[in-house]
Amino acid sequence: MNPKPWGDTAVVGKPVSRIDAYERLSGAAIYSLDVLLPDMLHAAILRCPHAHAIVKKVDASAALAMPGVRAVLTDADQEARIPWHPDAQGKPVSRLFDPHCRCEGEEVAAVAAETPQQAADALRRIRVEYETRPFVIEMEAAHRAGATQVHDGGNYVYPPGTGDTERGDVAKGFAEADVVLEETYRTSCEIHTTMEVHGSVAKWDGKRLTVWNTTQGVFDDQAALAAALKMPLSDVRVIGHYMGGGFGSKLNLGKYTVIAALFARKTGRPVKLFLSREETFLSVGNRPAHTMKLKAGVRKDGTLTALELNGIGTVGAYTDWTTVGYQVADLYLCPNVRVKELQVYTHAGQSRPFRAPGFPQCSWALEQMMDALAEKIGMDPVEFRLKNIAAVSQAEENKPYTSTGFAECLREGARVFGWRQARERKKGDGAWVRGAGMAGGMWGYAGGPPSTAIVRLYADGSVNLNIGASDLGTGTKTVMAMVVAEELGVPLDRIQIESADTATTQYTGASGGSKTVMVDSPAVRAAALEVKAALVQMAAGQLQAAASGLSLVNGEIVSADSPDKRVKVQDLKTLKEQQVVVGVGRRGPNPAGKVIRPFAAQFAEVEVNTRTGEMRVLRMAAAHDSGRVMNRLTYENQVFGGMTMGIGLAMTEQRILDRETGKMVNANWHDYKIPTMKDAPADMTCVAIDPHDHECDTTSTKGLGEPAMVPTAAAVANAFYHATGVRMTSAPITPAEAIAALSKRRKG
Amino acid sequence: MKPNDDESERSALSRRRFFNSMAAGAGGAALIAGPGEGRDPRLEAPPDRAETIRIPLTVNGRQHSLTVEPRWTLLYALREQLGLTGTKPGCERGECGACTVLIDGQVRYACMTLAVEAAGASITTLEGLMRGEELGPVQQAFAQEDAFQCGYCTPGQAMSAEGLLRKSPNPSVDEIREEMSGNLCRCGAYPHIVKAVQRAASMRKGGVS
Ligand code: FES
Ligand code: FES
Repeated sequence: MNPKPWGDTAVVGKPVSRIDAYERLSGAAIYSLDVLLPDMLHAAILRCPHAHAIVKKVDASAALAMPGVRAVLTDADQEARIPWHPDAQGKPVSRLFDPHCRCEGEEVAAVAAETPQQAADALRRIRVEYETRPFVIEMEAAHRAGATQVHDGGNYVYPPGTGDTERGDVAKGFAEADVVLEETYRTSCEIHTTMEVHGSVAKWDGKRLTVWNTTQGVFDDQAALAAALKMPLSDVRVIGHYMGGGFGSKLNLGKYTVIAALFARKTGRPVKLFLSREETFLSVGNRPAHTMKLKAGVRKDGTLTALELNGIGTVGAYTDWTTVGYQVADLYLCPNVRVKELQVYTHAGQSRPFRAPGFPQCSWALEQMMDALAEKIGMDPVEFRLKNIAAVSQAEENKPYTSTGFAECLREGARVFGWRQARERKKGDGAWVRGAGMAGGMWGYAGGPPSTAIVRLYADGSVNLNIGASDLGTGTKTVMAMVVAEELGVPLDRIQIESADTATTQYTGASGGSKTVMVDSPAVRAAALEVKAALVQMAAGQLQAAASGLSLVNGEIVSADSPDKRVKVQDLKTLKEQQVVVGVGRRGPNPAGKVIRPFAAQFAEVEVNTRTGEMRVLRMAAAHDSGRVMNRLTYENQVFGGMTMGIGLAMTEQRILDRETGKMVNANWHDYKIPTMKDAPADMTCVAIDPHDHECDTTSTKGLGEPAMVPTAAAVANAFYHATGVRMTSAPITPAEAIAALSKRRKG
Repeated sequence: MKPNDDESERSALSRRRFFNSMAAGAGGAALIAGPGEGRDPRLEAPPDRAETIRIPLTVNGRQHSLTVEPRWTLLYALREQLGLTGTKPGCERGECGACTVLIDGQVRYACMTLAVEAAGASITTLEGLMRGEELGPVQQAFAQEDAFQCGYCTPGQAMSAEGLLRKSPNPSVDEIREEMSGNLCRCGAYPHIVKAVQRAASMRKGGVS
């Protein structure tokens, strides 16, 4: 039976500074990249410099003879012939060092040496003969008949038509509209560029393997590693205590981890293998570019009559998944909707989930379209959206949402931003003009079981909390400790946390999909409640009172009827005998027949220089319905971070591939620009909308990390339009693109 | 131990020579290979392992004598030789600021500074901001304002903040945004970092904590 939802809370929801702040600020936190083991070797990977090539020959003899070099691995080594890259049917199409390189950066060989410098030197001594092949890097080209094939079966990841959806009568819907608009929108390929690069340290003790990995999910890695090396789970330990950012790029097991493990076994020494920054631009995922043709019909009164999306995206050289249509089908009330999406292979780095995969792209199209429709029918953009709020999930057979605070997000967001005033303010008549824009959004996923958590209460009443989840920087550990503090009344500084270690913590899925809090906090709450129940039972025996009349208050178990009957937790005789109480909590199922979704609205004010095309984001406001706020401080931080990343999508971030060579020309932070402190406005605010959702899970939480960047870029683009009257359909809006569009309009 | 003048002279010279050869390697590849030889200069033998230099380095007030290869960065020496892993590599090419330290009080990227270049200098790293087992003012301010998420860029941010406040004890928001813009934070904790720097400024002046 589910516990009652919390009423007023003492700890949960308050602004609490992180439970691991000391470790992270003192330098005591050991990130995987910081692991130094005695006798450790350093490994490095040689990567294919071509967009498409066959490796004809690898000669590593000179490298092996270099000072400090201890081992080399290539496809010639039997143990390295590990299948990799499953296709849509799950059949691997490549292997660890596959001679068929389908994109720049594919692994060709690797070296382990005494120092990282020696490993780098040795890489340069490996002689590789490549036979280069024709390549295709643009998705529209890959989709054309007769295009160069990335895989034998052609360039479609899934047969065209897979996953297409349609409801109502789209043609009729357009016929009934007063205004029909059609536009093609594009977003660019973005690279995650987590601050800590990807990599692992591997060490064997006999048949047992221990890996320190910078990862979003130790258990997923453990399973994938065990499968790759054909080992039982019990022989593979993955530790990921601290990690420097993931954003989706650390959800998959990397080849580097397997290579480190192979080297460690081969040499009998611990091996560290971390990629260079440049390698991370090529080989550990991206948010793929997308082209979206969107057609929309609306009546003068603001009723949407039809939406039609034709999208094409590329997963790069190997199977992944990139669709964007969910919000078109779900966010706004619309009876007639058609979504058709194509996913193609190209000779470029494979995509990976990137913060709300598909959603910011869709927002870029849908929310700019909503903006344009509102203007055409002379309605305020906020009012127009409020007119089309859905109470049920149209994309999920009209099942009701457990809650939707979308309307509240729009209203409250507009209020705190000062929407009306911002829209009416003078735009300016000099070179700089200003404008305000907004966008709505949602995230289309909710987590569920399994997750197991353990709470141990020691004899003095302090606690050890044991969770399998990785804290990516989202504040997971702090939130979970707050749940324990809430239920057991134990102060936060008396809670020690053990997390993200397959040998010492319990299974939970990877931290991704904005699901960690909603999956793990109910499990932690259940574990704490089990401890509480056990303490009350002990007290009932000791106080000769019925357990039902006892409660735990401030470290004491007190009888409601006779307040003189009370005992401190540390004075419980049974606890003294046992020395520990253990509570095990599990995540229960999600409610049947309902859909759990977070919602958001964001607002931006920008300034555009009509002579240079520069844009500045002056301020932003966000309103989010992510269910209950667990920690006000980290909540706000995460929303600001999401908006900052969204500004990157809107204004600067773009993988650039060279048409002549198929190679990435901006594989570094100098040329691939992510927002700096000067690009993110100092003036950001956020309001939390809590719909008091007592159905979604036992802590009333939905997800936050991903929705935080869903509407941002579109809000910025709409503000650009408001400022200039020019619609920028391609992201990012660079000064060059902006000035071209502005001068085109001037010329008429 | 301060290096005597001779020593610093010598290391200054070898540093110059080192940079010269680096410059040739990057821009004038054909010259090194020699005309007609057609050899890839990158295949030239790397500096001999035995070619090491002994340098004095004062780190967080402690004096060390280190044996380093000329090509080692200060970042590498701090982390791998001294085990001070508070200083983080993010790009190792001067783009991100994760490796920020103070060299003689100046904010510098440890990845863009060779260990030999820092010989004789006084280095402050994140660990050096501690007051015994307690966090120093900048660190405390970062904790209180939640000025980080994953915490990986944070040592660099804290060092930039420390350097800024030593130079300008009362910075304006614009000054903070300018001075801290060489430190990337992919998690986007910027608004909280600004607040933390402001809080640290008042803490250093003995204000609120
Ligand atoms: S590691 Fe030094 S600037 Fe990035
Ligand atoms: S806190 Fe993660 S990069 Fe700054």
